[in-house]
Amino acid sequence: MSVQAKTPNWFSKLAHPGVFLSWSQHWIMPLAVLTLITFVIGLYYAFFNSPADYQMGETVRIMYIHVPNAWLSQMVYGLMAVSAIGSLVWRHPLADVAMKAAAPLGAAFTALALFTGSLWGRPTWGTFWEWDGRMTSTLVLFLMYIGLVALWQTFNDQSRGARIIAIFTLVGAINIPIIKFSVEWWNTLHQPSIIKADGLSMPPSIATPLVIMMLAFTLLFFTLHMIAMRSEIQRRRANNLERQHINQTMGISQ
Amino acid sequence: MIDLGPHAVYIVSAYAGVAIVTFGLIAWVLLNSKKQQSRLADLDARGVKRRSQG
Repeated sequence: MSVQAKTPNWFSKLAHPGVFLSWSQHWIMPLAVLTLITFVIGLYYAFFNSPADYQMGETVRIMYIHVPNAWLSQMVYGLMAVSAIGSLVWRHPLADVAMKAAAPLGAAFTALALFTGSLWGRPTWGTFWEWDGRMTSTLVLFLMYIGLVALWQTFNDQSRGARIIAIFTLVGAINIPIIKFSVEWWNTLHQPSIIKADGLSMPPSIATPLVIMMLAFTLLFFTLHMIAMRSEIQRRRANNLERQHINQTMGISQ
Repeated sequence: MIDLGPHAVYIVSAYAGVAIVTFGLIAWVLLNSKKQQSRLADLDARGVKRRSQG
């Protein structure tokens, strides 16, 4: 019986680390420029072309940086969970790389969501922190990111480590719906979710800067993630080359 | 500059914190990228190449 090799589809070809390095280099600069332009427009709207809120006053401007970071804290974890499936099911090296490169970025955005939320909470609720569902589950998310970043450092064999970390990542994904629905399940100081199935629950004058800033932060993430993925592939290549060189020097055959 | 009202310190601190962490993150990602590129360039200069490159 003859075994016929399966021809890789276009996605597999595109996701090959070498091919990824080749096409991604052309995307970084346009993405970076687009990110910068979106930030400039977003900040202009946030400070000069949007009104104070009738309830929160000027502190509504913190929302334009808090909500995008909160959105990214969950979106990045979602991306890591999808990559974890790619790593476990297809054992795709680029899925491992995507998962690893996203973790420190997700940790930073989650830290910023907690930081800006705390500074928004003090004038709005009268407290920097409250151990309620939304804030506690977001703190747990931050600790999970930190744990995953630390876990990556413990494995010399990154592909073996990736499978173990993928399982941890998928187990941790249960926290994402908890964060999302915490404001509906439990009594909380935190306002209900502003992003609903039928759009944003706010006037266009406030929704406009928010949407632009969310887009800007999302573009920033994808730009940094692409660079970080490229660095991780290059780091693995350099490690392999160094190992290969040492083995050749010492006359060890592989 | 617009008047940010009585809670200006919270607004300015929030934006300053985000700016510091964001620029730090960008710098860290770019420095790491440069580091890996120079490692590969150094190996290439020493004649250590991937097997596929002969």
